Amino acid sequence: MVRINGEELDVAGSTLSEYLSKTDYDANRIAVEINNNILPKDKYSKTVLRDGDIVEIVSFVGGG
Amino acid sequence: MTDDKLIIGGHEFTSRFILGSGKYSLSLIESAVRDAGAQIITLAVRRANTNKNENILDFIPKGVTLLPNTSGARNADEAVRIARLARELGCGDFIKIEIMRDTKYLLPDNSETVKATDILAREGFVVMPYMYPDLNIARDLVNAGASCVMPLASPIGSNKGLETKEFIKILIDEIPLPVIVDAGIGRPSQACEAMEMGAAAIMANTALATAGDVALMASAFKLAIEAGRRAYLAKLGRVLTRGASASDPLTGFLHD
Amino acid sequence: MTEVKAVNNSFFVDSAYLSESALKKKHELENDPSSRTDHMKYMPDMEIINSDIREKVLSQMQNYDCQSYTAKDVEASLSKDGCDVEDFKALLSPAAEPYLEMMAKRAREETAKHFGNTVYMFTPLYIANYCENYCVYCGFNCYNHIKRMRLDPWQIEHEMKVIADSGMEEILLLTGESPSMSDIGYIADACRLARRYFKTVGLEIYPVNTSDYKYLHECGADYVTVFQETYDPQRYEQLHLMGRKRVFPYRFDAQERALLAGMRGVAFSALLGLADFRKDALASALHAYYLQKKYPHAEISLSCPRLRPIINNDRINPLDVHERQLCQIICAYRIFLPFAGITVSSRESAVFRNGIAKIAATKISAGVSTGIGDHESKYTGKDKGEKSGDEQFEINDSRSLEKMRKDMQDEGLWPVLNDYLYV
Repeated sequence: MVRINGEELDVAGSTLSEYLSKTDYDANRIAVEINNNILPKDKYSKTVLRDGDIVEIVSFVGGG
Repeated sequence: MTDDKLIIGGHEFTSRFILGSGKYSLSLIESAVRDAGAQIITLAVRRANTNKNENILDFIPKGVTLLPNTSGARNADEAVRIARLARELGCGDFIKIEIMRDTKYLLPDNSETVKATDILAREGFVVMPYMYPDLNIARDLVNAGASCVMPLASPIGSNKGLETKEFIKILIDEIPLPVIVDAGIGRPSQACEAMEMGAAAIMANTALATAGDVALMASAFKLAIEAGRRAYLAKLGRVLTRGASASDPLTGFLHD
Repeated sequence: MTEVKAVNNSFFVDSAYLSESALKKKHELENDPSSRTDHMKYMPDMEIINSDIREKVLSQMQNYDCQSYTAKDVEASLSKDGCDVEDFKALLSPAAEPYLEMMAKRAREETAKHFGNTVYMFTPLYIANYCENYCVYCGFNCYNHIKRMRLDPWQIEHEMKVIADSGMEEILLLTGESPSMSDIGYIADACRLARRYFKTVGLEIYPVNTSDYKYLHECGADYVTVFQETYDPQRYEQLHLMGRKRVFPYRFDAQERALLAGMRGVAFSALLGLADFRKDALASALHAYYLQKKYPHAEISLSCPRLRPIINNDRINPLDVHERQLCQIICAYRIFLPFAGITVSSRESAVFRNGIAKIAATKISAGVSTGIGDHESKYTGKDKGEKSGDEQFEINDSRSLEKMRKDMQDEGLWPVLNDYLYV
């Protein structure tokens, strides 16, 4: 299982790009952290999600 | 007036109003930015939504500098992590550090802020730290590589105005960086007062978000900030009130 | 041009005791600028600290046109809270002279805020008067024929005992500027002795490198006073014709080196009357102001001496710096730097010092002798018949500590001997 934004998902084995393509995230407007390390955009297609990974996907929202 | 620029980390701005984008509808942002004349807008970083709903970046006019904040960070490490994520989002090197260890008053943690400033300035960020107005910490922030200091006027969201006036004045006198008053400014008159005494810019969010007409209030702040800036540049005229006492002259002893 | 001088001082005096070759050299230095060294160039052993403060001070000073300020500028400066550099310039200008009483009132308010109604007492102790410099206005200059002397450690201790017995707790150790006759080891010994008899020890010696200041600090000194004399480099060159003191930038950076070495406080001054006194007053205060900004923990203080007659030349005078101008400068210092100590020299009269202590001065010397080894005779009237060294300049106010304490109390001031916790 991979923990993505706090949710346990059964996506281990697929690349990040593959995962993102099945979701509605706007890939141009997110940043991704895997196990506390930021993943540059050009590595999305080469990075395979592993069992136990913790993934955070963030974007901008309103704030002061 | 046209050559009166606000310079933050080598970037020049003609507007001295930094607009917050929290707590109000995205559809109002564009008009708020326009009517505020703002060139810098703050944003927060949060977990992205999976549903393709509206993204705040679509509502911010082109050419406006994005200033992500580190809200949510409780210590320097978390702030650094959020700052790096914000930069990865690809909207420049500006970062407003805010670190709160207290959920009741939301007061900034000054010492953690110094640590985060030091790390992020080394990584090339234009660091704008939100702080409690303390002279020693402000000096530490300067030494750590901050591009400005952002002291609070009163507790965030309180709209109480310049409760920390004396201490902000000290920062203005002593700190060789822009002093941007952030948090607690509730009315245009309060923003004007801060600018009159030499603040470099004003950051406001709640005051607009809670106004009856967000865009109209944005324009009111714009005018107040400009008025205060002009008054500061013009140097306030005063009435001589000192020296009216009829006591013995102090200088009667001088002779040669 | 702002330079309106009544007359110039005639500084050059030839002593009959000088050899023919010495006289020749002296005249050459006086008359032929090309015979003099480059006063902006460091000597090989002089430490360079690469500070930006000199440039800041000199550019402000050079651009200061005191005639460009009006009564309106002065009124604006006096009526606002705080005082920035522009306000200070207005207060130093001739336009502020009619506002002297108002400035004095404001200065007194500022002094009271920071110092209450206290006034600190100290005494200077000259331990040697050998000097290797030719500074034309100074009684100790190497071409002036005076009785030279250097107290040995026993004599120093004796003087200190006499002074300490009078109740004094702060001492300022002075030497002439001769690194060979008053070397660092000698001064360090004096510091160690002073630490035994006094709670606060200051130094007014030739400028030294950071490592030497550090050593002297370890030996008990906490405050360093260096007078720049004049901040105008051209005028400086014409007045300091020979010796290490001729090197303008090394002297300028002395306070910063002292602070880098861990000294607790530093003092600044121009000798008013040597050059355009308004520019010199501006530069002295800005020197202190910028250093305090850079080293916020530093205690800073300013002195404000005017030229005085010296031995073998009784015609030297402060030119156009009259008491009113001096009072204006001191008030402006106080309004610009409310937190700074201000010392008023015994060169000034008792009446002036009493008056200025009520307005702005915070530190006054008492029981002063600028001669060498003559405290006992001056304090007790007992002359041991031993020889003593000649004085650097004529003093005007020769009150003892006891008399000074009483006079200050009569003026409504609280005399303080020391408020320093040694840490």
